[in-house]
Amino acid sequence: MLSVVVFLPSAAAAVLLALPRLPDRAVIGAWVAAAAVDLALVIALWVAYPGGSGVTGDIAYEADLRWIPTVGSGYHIGVDGLSLPLVAMTALLFFACAVYSLREQRRVRAYAVLFLFLQTVSLGLFVSLDLILFFVFFDLSIVGMYFVIAGWGHGTPIRSALQFFLYTFVGSLALLLGFIGLYLAADPHTFDMVELARSTPLEGDALAGGLVLAAIAVGLAVKTPTVPFHTWLPPAHTDAPAPGSAILAGVLLKMGAYGFVRIAMPILPGVWRDYAAVFVVVGVVSVLYGALVALAQTDFKRMVAYTSVNHMGYIVLGLGAAGMAAGADLQASTLAVTGAVTQMVAHGLLTGSLFLLAGVLYTRGGTYDMAAYGGLAKAAPRFALVTAVAAFGSLGLPGLAGFIAEFQIFTGSLSSAPVPTALAFFGILLTAALLLRALQRIFLGQRGRAVRGEPADLSAAEALSTAPPVLLAIVIGIAPRFLLDVIEPAARTVAALVAQ
Amino acid sequence: MNPGLLLPESALAAGAVIALLAGSWTPRRLQWIVRCVALLSLAAAAVFAAAAMARPATVTPEGVYALDAALHLARVAVPAGAAITILLAAGHVAGHRRESEFYVLVLLAALGTVVMAGASGLLVLAAGYLLASIPVYALVGFGKDALGTEAALKYYLMGALSGVLLLTGVTTVFGVGAAGDYATLARTLPDASAGVVAVGTTALVAGLLFKSGAVPVHFWVPDATQGAPAPVAAFITTVPKIGALAAIFRFADQALGETALNWPLPAALLAAASMTLGNLAAFFQDDVRRLLAYSTISQVGYLLVAVAAVHGSDTALSSLLFYLAAYTATNLGAFAVVCALPRARTLADYTGLMRKRPWLALSLIVCLLGLVGTPPTAVFIGKLTVFTAALDAGLVWLVVLAAVNTVASLFYYLRWILPVFRTAADDAPADRGGGADVPVVRWSAGVAVVAAAATLALGIGSSPLLDPLQTGVLVR
Repeated sequence: MLSVVVFLPSAAAAVLLALPRLPDRAVIGAWVAAAAVDLALVIALWVAYPGGSGVTGDIAYEADLRWIPTVGSGYHIGVDGLSLPLVAMTALLFFACAVYSLREQRRVRAYAVLFLFLQTVSLGLFVSLDLILFFVFFDLSIVGMYFVIAGWGHGTPIRSALQFFLYTFVGSLALLLGFIGLYLAADPHTFDMVELARSTPLEGDALAGGLVLAAIAVGLAVKTPTVPFHTWLPPAHTDAPAPGSAILAGVLLKMGAYGFVRIAMPILPGVWRDYAAVFVVVGVVSVLYGALVALAQTDFKRMVAYTSVNHMGYIVLGLGAAGMAAGADLQASTLAVTGAVTQMVAHGLLTGSLFLLAGVLYTRGGTYDMAAYGGLAKAAPRFALVTAVAAFGSLGLPGLAGFIAEFQIFTGSLSSAPVPTALAFFGILLTAALLLRALQRIFLGQRGRAVRGEPADLSAAEALSTAPPVLLAIVIGIAPRFLLDVIEPAARTVAALVAQ
Repeated sequence: MNPGLLLPESALAAGAVIALLAGSWTPRRLQWIVRCVALLSLAAAAVFAAAAMARPATVTPEGVYALDAALHLARVAVPAGAAITILLAAGHVAGHRRESEFYVLVLLAALGTVVMAGASGLLVLAAGYLLASIPVYALVGFGKDALGTEAALKYYLMGALSGVLLLTGVTTVFGVGAAGDYATLARTLPDASAGVVAVGTTALVAGLLFKSGAVPVHFWVPDATQGAPAPVAAFITTVPKIGALAAIFRFADQALGETALNWPLPAALLAAASMTLGNLAAFFQDDVRRLLAYSTISQVGYLLVAVAAVHGSDTALSSLLFYLAAYTATNLGAFAVVCALPRARTLADYTGLMRKRPWLALSLIVCLLGLVGTPPTAVFIGKLTVFTAALDAGLVWLVVLAAVNTVASLFYYLRWILPVFRTAADDAPADRGGGADVPVVRWSAGVAVVAAAATLALGIGSSPLLDPLQTGVLVR
């Protein structure tokens, strides 16, 4: 069942490749249909999800087949509280991108095939319970996104795509070295995450454990991205097509953050505890640096890209703080981990939607320069409304998903890392300032030079693609229990593993 | 000894003889019959080899030829590579005055390569080396054009030099070890003078490194690859590696096992130099064949990483053999694309290929990303196992260097992939390669698609090959 969810988009892509005479409209129709069916299947999985502690057991919809037994690697997939929310967010975001692309006209077939391929890769990564399987999807996501940016981007797409590929590929190889280190340390040798989380093979080996954690952390940090590994992100985001940016920010960045919760913490709990302070510091620096640099941007899309660095910083801070709190206060560290996972979902929904909205903006004025706009709220009220809600959600306004996430992270982190957490509070202040300023520049005041005539409001496709993630963020903000009930047991397991 | 043990080798030899005789009496327009004979003998060799795998590993009574995992792989991979070469060449040499000679030379070179892989005696190794080399000199110059002649001359001179080196090494080791077979050498060499053994080993390995195109005897690779006919270039950058690296590994494992020689360090240094120099030199190549030539130099580096892990890890051999198989499929796939577009010589000539020849373009992308080691292609599994073996052997620095090199290699492979995606309108109308009006060699295009599919299949379903390799050890 889970394999169907993962590979359905790829099957659809194969069908599209095999039918060369299909008209463009039909191709996109098929793409939307495939994404919709996949989303429906994920919702069904969610409804039937039995719950459970996850991570070292209690994994739902598990499948474990032999794949490369000689290197101790198998096709092992399954979902728990850490991965199910991300799977659902991924399916929704890809559906939104499919709907958004209804008016795409350039090389439509290849575009649809690439996105369907990326959907399989992203879903596959979040359900992987085997390090090699995880790595395969991790690397393929880089390849897929490279072609999206290089083929459909604007500005200097080739350059940005190359930079993106090279940078994240370095990270992925560091990750691979770390994985091989874990494999060699385990007895018997295995790449199975559940097995490794049970045996934690590198406990007590300070040198090897430190090296392996360093390799894995660098690999994941590049993808997350945290300061100082974030430099590939702004150009890649700015030059990617809108759905590409939405997937890159909404889904691909989560792969790094997810890796920390899924791999680094459960498999190397003691080492994580030893180095938790490093992650706290990196998290806080990312929060503040990302916000400050975003504040200096005049380009809307670039600004949103930098707020991603800021938001991913909260996640790293929360996970690091969970490591520092370990042993002292299980409740607090559970809260921090839950908050981090919630933040992954919230950021995916809100930032994904913001990037699609940036695409809408670009189609109206042909530029991302905020100074060139102004007064759009009058002509395009729906556009203004959706953007405003997404931006407020992004800055952590109560009643929206971002608030739930950040509140939990701060509450969970405060006791164990009071000073860094206090510093990170300023991040919220800064993002509030910069997002409000962006809203003001684009939607209020005098009509800017970029928009001639009467700019159109959101079209049906644009509304149907940008609004659902925002609506879901509101639902999570008001009634988060359905989400937190899924995340909390798994988060408690992770926190308990680190606490031992 | 039982001649039935050498059925695959006999099939290749018989195929060469029959092809030579039949070719002399067949009219030029019927030479395709000779091609079929050659392909049949290659297929027969592979089938015999597959049948022989079930038998337990053994050494011939004289101790000079080992029938084990390394030979089994070579017996299948080498004929497969040779068959692909013949298929790729079919379009180029059909109706050629010396068509059947081409096939004979390929068969003989394949036979020599297999013998190298199986040799566990110095004289058999030398014989296999010469048989694997001399036909290839002729193949490189087959086109008889200026570039080809220069390439053949360069290849021949370097080959003659390294052949002499190899023979010197063989003589020296023979002299101090007082025996030709590796099993005896393993007993006698530890008592021999370490200095002399080192000199002999160095000379011997230098010859084998030449065949595999590794630094420091790599100078022929770019020129020969660029000047030789494209199918021959595919052959010389791929197939001899199987024999040469198996031979290096076997010599290190079986003959040098107990000596005081610190083998892993020089092997690791050679690996490091080969991958780094190959990658750096490939960076700004605009000629696709030169690019592939430097890429092959760098790939030998990764293969030598497994050789460096020979004493430190149980999986060194299986990783090396799997990587060889994976590399054979992938590199031949990339060359098949080059052969399919004979007029596309530079990277820019591939502009717009995706639009005009989507399947060919996809094959190229799969093969090039495969050479990088992107999952789930076969070379990824190869790299994974090689890195694992080397880390297991404690060669952390070498693995880190190999990873860094992998990233560097990505840069130049992407330089080739990018134009494939651009539409011709984006650039000057450089429509020499991918244009719809340009004839595509259909056979080569088919081979490219099959090779790309094989690369993926071998990566996703690696177990059927990796499992038997894992249990197979070299016989002593």
